[in-house]
Amino acid sequence: MVNTSTPLKAESKDLNFFYANGHQALKSVNMPLYENKITALIGPSGCGKSTFLRCFNRMHDLYPGNKYEGGIVMHPDNTNVLAAGVDPIEVRMRISMVFQKPNPFPKTIFENVAYGLHVRDEKNKRVIADKVEEALKGAALWDEVKDRLNDLAFNLSGGQQQRLCIARALATDPEIMLFDEPTSALDPIATANIEELMSELKNKLTILVVTHNMQQAARVSDYTAYMYLGELMEYGDTDTIFTRPTRRETEDYITGKFG
Amino acid sequence: MALHDSQIAGALTKASVLENLGAVRAMIRRHKRNDIVFAGIGLLALMLGLLTLLTLFIDLVMDGYPRFNLQFLSEFPSRRAGSAGLLSAWVGSALIMIVTFLTAVPVGVAAGVYLEEYAPKNWFSDLIEINVSNLAGVPSIIYGLLALGLFVYGLDLGQSILTAGLTLGLLILPIVIVSTREAIRGIPVAIREAAYAVGATKWQVVSDHVVKYSQGGILTGVIIGMSRAIGETAPIITIGALTFIAFLPPSPISDVAPYLNFEWLSSSFTVLPIQMFNWLSRPDHAFHINAAATGAIIIMLTLLMNGTAIYLRYQIRKNIKW
Repeated sequence: MVNTSTPLKAESKDLNFFYANGHQALKSVNMPLYENKITALIGPSGCGKSTFLRCFNRMHDLYPGNKYEGGIVMHPDNTNVLAAGVDPIEVRMRISMVFQKPNPFPKTIFENVAYGLHVRDEKNKRVIADKVEEALKGAALWDEVKDRLNDLAFNLSGGQQQRLCIARALATDPEIMLFDEPTSALDPIATANIEELMSELKNKLTILVVTHNMQQAARVSDYTAYMYLGELMEYGDTDTIFTRPTRRETEDYITGKFG
Repeated sequence: MALHDSQIAGALTKASVLENLGAVRAMIRRHKRNDIVFAGIGLLALMLGLLTLLTLFIDLVMDGYPRFNLQFLSEFPSRRAGSAGLLSAWVGSALIMIVTFLTAVPVGVAAGVYLEEYAPKNWFSDLIEINVSNLAGVPSIIYGLLALGLFVYGLDLGQSILTAGLTLGLLILPIVIVSTREAIRGIPVAIREAAYAVGATKWQVVSDHVVKYSQGGILTGVIIGMSRAIGETAPIITIGALTFIAFLPPSPISDVAPYLNFEWLSSSFTVLPIQMFNWLSRPDHAFHINAAATGAIIIMLTLLMNGTAIYLRYQIRKNIKW
């Protein structure tokens, strides 16, 4: 079931996660993340898939009282990104994220994409301009915005804003990109654009995507993980999960009998 | 409303539908009466406050009308009401406002940002939070007493512009802190997370985003605080402002490098509301005209400052949508 010829980019090992109120949202999750592949996390609301995703860039550290146990080990350096000695900022420098609702800064299109470079102390204007162009091209947005880079990002449509957020996440050359239901606020055409983009992006980086949309998982992902009540119920390559799931619960969820 | 018999029976004849419709319409009319009643009471309540203020303002303007001229602003106070002016008072007020602004804004914004972004959330920060809100309600004369002890005697700053500016700065500090915090809280979590997600540190998030996007709200708080400070009388009297001053403090701008001098900070002073109080306490009616004119000017100044706050907030918010 698990492909051994593809290199691992990261893997979660016995990951437990507790919210500040004591609720255990993840229970001993073990899952590989293969390099240059798209892994989809599916499961009903509240199953812990977003919680799991947000462990990868330590977003939970922003709110006091949250607690991790176990680890998420990145390769090739074998760093456990959840280890107490690892700075969450360093983790976020390597792993970028695209959110559910487009969340551009109230700044210009250019400033939005360049922000990650600004944070990394890049001062060379030429380098910044090149990187911004490259990222916008990578996010398939360049042609639409190249003449109005100094417009405010809020003037873009919802789909364009989401691609802008992808460009922002891309500009800093991340190793892994996390997508938290990236198309749930978008119309079908914008959704198709984003999905196409993800398929291209995986040539450069590794993608982990949370989705509520079963068809989306089937269309874009190479591997799929089904989560339920904080546990990883089933993991495998997407074709297998969607055609011959080994567990009854997975099949029920995928076929819409439950969820 | 009780269900009609025919509805219960399930057979809706034309007659029963019409009868039922009539009952529904009567009910809606009855319910809507409450809207009309409340709108009337609300309007009355609004007018009560607004008309009182307006009457007061018109009265002041009418009384003070003879003194609305440039001479009133360019003359020192005098024994003769007709040639007495506001020069020392408005210059005093303006210089004090500069000191107030320069102290309250950096301190207030820093405190607000710290409380909102850096302070650990526990019982101690809750306690501080409650106290900051309470400070905004402390009577201003208490600040005057504090300033008398601390600035005038303790730090030996004298009965100076610096003392007055610091006192008023302290007075409006809670307003600046509270408005800073409210403005910061208005920034959506999603924007913060977006910044953190690209690898920003807390300070980068604060300086590149939090402070920038809350500028409008902070500015509004600062100006509203300042417009309160400009009308404050009690703490200024407590620290010993003079009521009759026929000279100006040394100019803050000098003609030799570094083109600034700070002697004005230690000068004695008077301010608009004290000048007004002084004229008002005289038996001669002619001085009361001066007092009315000063009152009208203070109100206009306050309205102007609040108007500026609204305009600036609109200008800044225009580019921010969430």
